[in-house]
Amino acid sequence: MKPFTYERAKSPAEAVQAVTSTPGARFIAGGTNLLDLMKLQIDAPTHLVDVRGLPFTTIEDTQDGGLRIGALVTNTDLASHPRVKRDYGVLSRAIVAGATGQLRNKATTGGNLLQRNRCPYFYNTDMPCNKRRPGSGCAALEGVSRSLAVIGTSDNCIAQNPGDMAVALRLLDADIEVLGPSGRTHTLPISEFHRLPGDTPERDFALGNGELITGVKLPPPLGGTHHYHKVRDRASYAFAIVSVAAVLQKDGSGRVAFGSVAPKPWRVQEAEALLPQGPSAVTDRAFQDARPTNDNRFKIALAERTLALVIDEGRR
Amino acid sequence: MDFTSPAGPNPIDRQIAVGRATSRVDGPLKVTGTAPYAYERHDVAPRQAYGYVVGSSIAKGRVTGIDTAAAKAAPGVVGIITTLDYKPAEPPARQAANLFGGDEISHYHQAVALVVAETFEQARAAAQLVDVRYDKSAGRFDLAAEAAAAKPAVDINEGEDAKIYDRLGDFDAAFAAAPVQVDASYTTPHQTHAMIEPHASIAAWQDGKLTVWTSTQMVGWTRTGLAKILGLPEPDVRIVSPFIGGGFGGKLYLRADALLAAYAAKALDRPVKVTLQRPLIINNGTHRSATIQRIRLGAGRDGRLTAIGHVGVSGNLPGGAPEAAVAPTKLLYAAPNRDMYLTLAELDLGEANDMRAPGEAPGLMALEMAMDELAEKLGMDPVELRILNDTQTDPRDPNRTFSERHLVECLRTGAERFGWSRRNPKPGSVRDGKWLVGMGVAAGIRLNLLMPSAARIRLETDGTLTVETDMTDIGTGSYTILAQTAAEMMGVPVEAVTVRLGDSAFPKAAGSGGQWGANNATSGLYAACVKLREAVATTFGMRGNDVDFSGGMVTAGGRSVPLAEAARAGPLVGQDGIAYGDLDKTYVQATFAGQFAEVGVDGFTGEVRMRRMLQVVDAGRVLNPLTARSQVIGAMTMGVGGALMEALAVDPRYGLFINHDLGGYEVPVHADIPHQEVIILDYPDPVSSPMKAKGIGEIGLCGAAAAVANAVYNATGVRVRDYPITLDRHLDHLPTVS
Repeated sequence: MKPFTYERAKSPAEAVQAVTSTPGARFIAGGTNLLDLMKLQIDAPTHLVDVRGLPFTTIEDTQDGGLRIGALVTNTDLASHPRVKRDYGVLSRAIVAGATGQLRNKATTGGNLLQRNRCPYFYNTDMPCNKRRPGSGCAALEGVSRSLAVIGTSDNCIAQNPGDMAVALRLLDADIEVLGPSGRTHTLPISEFHRLPGDTPERDFALGNGELITGVKLPPPLGGTHHYHKVRDRASYAFAIVSVAAVLQKDGSGRVAFGSVAPKPWRVQEAEALLPQGPSAVTDRAFQDARPTNDNRFKIALAERTLALVIDEGRR
Repeated sequence: MDFTSPAGPNPIDRQIAVGRATSRVDGPLKVTGTAPYAYERHDVAPRQAYGYVVGSSIAKGRVTGIDTAAAKAAPGVVGIITTLDYKPAEPPARQAANLFGGDEISHYHQAVALVVAETFEQARAAAQLVDVRYDKSAGRFDLAAEAAAAKPAVDINEGEDAKIYDRLGDFDAAFAAAPVQVDASYTTPHQTHAMIEPHASIAAWQDGKLTVWTSTQMVGWTRTGLAKILGLPEPDVRIVSPFIGGGFGGKLYLRADALLAAYAAKALDRPVKVTLQRPLIINNGTHRSATIQRIRLGAGRDGRLTAIGHVGVSGNLPGGAPEAAVAPTKLLYAAPNRDMYLTLAELDLGEANDMRAPGEAPGLMALEMAMDELAEKLGMDPVELRILNDTQTDPRDPNRTFSERHLVECLRTGAERFGWSRRNPKPGSVRDGKWLVGMGVAAGIRLNLLMPSAARIRLETDGTLTVETDMTDIGTGSYTILAQTAAEMMGVPVEAVTVRLGDSAFPKAAGSGGQWGANNATSGLYAACVKLREAVATTFGMRGNDVDFSGGMVTAGGRSVPLAEAARAGPLVGQDGIAYGDLDKTYVQATFAGQFAEVGVDGFTGEVRMRRMLQVVDAGRVLNPLTARSQVIGAMTMGVGGALMEALAVDPRYGLFINHDLGGYEVPVHADIPHQEVIILDYPDPVSSPMKAKGIGEIGLCGAAAAVANAVYNATGVRVRDYPITLDRHLDHLPTVS
């Protein structure tokens, strides 16, 4: 960890201004990912702007019947909110499937969305990694890659987005509220929030310097049955090997998104349209462009079987 | 005290204190966070500086230069020592790696420098600025690729004879003639101990003498090893290790933290503390080697084994020892024709060394799966197959009996209590909703090892007792069973005994490892107590043999005197140790387990989840049912880890374990562990020691993973012979779902 300076932001505008005007500055909220990266010097901000005092801590109904979640609402509070549990069960289930109670108490809605994609080579600074050191190469392509992405990857990076909450938010078509240096707030559909690595794997998100997540908006509830199934080697405190988020309707239609298979939550609308035809139709379409390694090829079959489990649950 | 013939009746048999469920006497310190661990000994020396280890970024080659200028100029840096400043450290006994010194790199994360600063954070930041240049060379990292070049190896626990020890009869002919055969290969992965407390040491020099506050299972070994490398007489090195946050074998040996702290403290003339960062625990510390094992079992149609073949290969640095996977096979089942040996491949992956139940743990993962396969081929119940092939003598020497062996009772009792009769022998046939359900069994064996051990006990003037020995408590309960032993021998309540451990200034004990700690350390204290009893009796003018110590009173010939009276003129001390004759050669001394497991396998995802576990243990006299049970359930949990998730992943291109943290190396969490039942049979073993106890710290792991694996097979019908059994190993073979 390199020495850094620290301030507590007193207003959203001040926070944005501080990060914009200080080279190497970063926001910090719960710090559950950033501090790990700093200790390993994978990330080395010179200045931290603590946003925890900002007024983004509430969950409110919106006029259209949806929900607005402040960026600083903790994972614990979000997962246990009565309306989230009632109307957005997939989100509540996804959150409690992640990390541990202690981490969920610290992690915030905005911060969780910004957790970096994972790869063992990204976390070992002796190894080549284009995400950590652009141009140094990808050690994972020919390396230990069981946990890594099978689709949406490039020759530069196969790290996977390991999130749980983000998969549910992608399924729900959440909008991300972003305050920019201009002082204006704009919304970014979550489908555009995560980037694929392409030739710039060092960038995981479509956020510019100084842009601050202030909240997440959920559209009106979808009804149906809500499912989040996380497959992992141990029963708790592990990243997903594959996860499936789904909202299923009585007529057999619905939505489905996959976690830990791609550099971002993986939802293919043409694929979910095939839900009435059964799980293999959906996954054949959703993974038709997959480029797995020998280590992680099983994830495609696993995604199909996990979706079958979710559909089976939906019928009960 | 020389223990050369089986124990007769003695005061321990009273079982007033020993054998009682006694809460850990160190428990309040642990749960209030006031037990001082090595890295927290801020009190012991002023001006402690913090060291941060720089590990080699290459796995094999030479260091051609180290530029420390930028790091030295960083804020707070006190000094830097580099490997080029020192001669290579000669590995201590039973060790293989050079811990520091010289330009040769023999494994990834070998220590190449220690950056010392005023704070940990400053040292860590400056460590990133140390510029090490290397000349890289090719290494050997893949056990399967190197196995063909592996050479026959000696199991150091059995000496030179181990190479040829267990070739008996005519294996080839008997196996070929056997009507029912199993011939299969099994693999187990590299594993790390994953104890919570990292290796940590504080070193301080005074007048040319060194004190190291550290975290070690073996105070004596650490002192000997460190003194030798530093060229000091042993009395000039003091090792202090009263509290240890887990070890599992990873802290048996001197590691780089202690050596680097000693070097840096000397070079910088102030106390230095060093912990191994978690990635270095894995790549710089020791690990359990992967194994590849071939097992051949030949049996008659009645199930009687006629031939047992077991060959195991593991890897290590040159000069290292093998993982003795065939050790349990030598003694578990009868068969007249046997062929068992070890080979060892040279690997440049850091030092492979002991991890809980070394040899037995991976060996039984293979052997007890092979037995399950044999039972199926025979159409025989796997519990009955094991019972049929039980032996009461060393298969190599029919005149050498087991001192106590109740494996059959372990299996029978376990089967009854577990409801084994409800197991459907046809695999893949039991469903509970989406779950495929299966039950598995395995047998376990682990030797009872004898080590000399000494202690001192002092009757204080206030009538309390103080026990001092360099024995360690690595979370196992040593403090408690030693207090119980002293209380029993001297006839006082446990609360009247203070136990002080882990200081090389105290009499030298067996230490903690190889499940030898409890039996040997309490026996050493027993001997010291005998001396104190004699001193007390002499003080009171009583005759030695007929004196009774109980209820705080000393009684002989109708006269009763409070024990405390004996110390009225000043403390009375008893000091002695236990030394063993050849009872372990006359008899086989071992512990046994019957392991039972029930698992559910998600029929959709292939995830394996435990449903129930039961173990029946035969381990001599139980000194404390609470701490004994904790040892067993902890071992069962480790068995689940070995069966289902634990594996260090080797990247052979770079020569390292890539998942070198606790996020990447998964061990079971609470949610993985179901109801665990432990039944401990009570068969005091007078051949073992005056305590009539045996080890219990490792037997619980022996066979535990195989029972889980066999349950998975019973659930799915898919035989996975490569551990750990993660879902991707069997997913393609599970029933289709859509």
